[in-house]
Amino acid sequence: MIGVEHYLTVSAALFVIGIFGLFLNRKNIIILLMSLELILLAVNINFVAFSSFMGDLVGQIFTLFVLTVAAAEAAIGLAILVCFFRNRGTIDVEDVNVMKG
Amino acid sequence: MTAHAFIFYVFAVTTLAGGLMTVISRNPVHSVLWLILSFLSSAGLFVLLGAEFVAMLLVIVYVGAVAVLFLFVVMMLDVDFAELKAEMARYMPLALLIGLIIIMQLAIAFGVWHVDAGASGRIAAPITGIDNTRAIGLLLYDRYFLLFQLAGMILLVAMIGAIVLTLRHRQDVKRQDALAQMFRDPAKTLAILDVTPGQGVTAPIEGARQ
Repeated sequence: MIGVEHYLTVSAALFVIGIFGLFLNRKNIIILLMSLELILLAVNINFVAFSSFMGDLVGQIFTLFVLTVAAAEAAIGLAILVCFFRNRGTIDVEDVNVMKG
Repeated sequence: MTAHAFIFYVFAVTTLAGGLMTVISRNPVHSVLWLILSFLSSAGLFVLLGAEFVAMLLVIVYVGAVAVLFLFVVMMLDVDFAELKAEMARYMPLALLIGLIIIMQLAIAFGVWHVDAGASGRIAAPITGIDNTRAIGLLLYDRYFLLFQLAGMILLVAMIGAIVLTLRHRQDVKRQDALAQMFRDPAKTLAILDVTPGQGVTAPIEGARQ
């Protein structure tokens, strides 16, 4: 019988894959953003699994808002990426410090 | 193994394989396609959990919009990805170490986690006679309406931000200027000439087209 533990294991593994991707692709912002999406997906699996097994719909409502914010984040991130590429001709993260805060 | 368990394992393995290939794939276009596979199979997991609305939302919003946006950006940017990937071997030990540490921490937390004996009695009774989408709608448009509106606000801000960031006004292209066209005076720009054959004309009015 598949219990909540199985879903939590999948979610934890996906989360770790996302973190692994963040550290593995230090130079490529596109893959970094995709790793972020994977991490958020793992969080969503957690929310929905608990929501389903506890009979409480609020977890799924929260998943909707996580999806919304993730979509907004991806749009803004890619816009910044396009803008950056237009100015610098590269998407290397190590060149991002030109603004020097 | 029941059919339910079998389907769960198929979707779970596909999700994790898709995620892993997203991260280690050499070509970013392949990465996006693996990401789409991962999203689709986790939508399958959500269907198994009984959350059909979130599953369909994942397919529509993520696969239909976000992943395609990634695909567009990857294909639009002319980046030498081989150069970026060459550094990957350098970061591999650090990435493996940190992944291992986090997975061990999660395993430790998972090891001591147990369901309390009285917990099953406190779980709400499963809702019957009302399907998932309708239940979410009833909850979302009633108790969480403010959050719903704020989510719309966030999307609006994101849209405006993305447009402002990527819009560029190029100076080197010709554009139509409607006001200049409307305020152009025919008396200053038009002239009727009696052209003698074989001689041609020069422009008698400043600014008139020859």
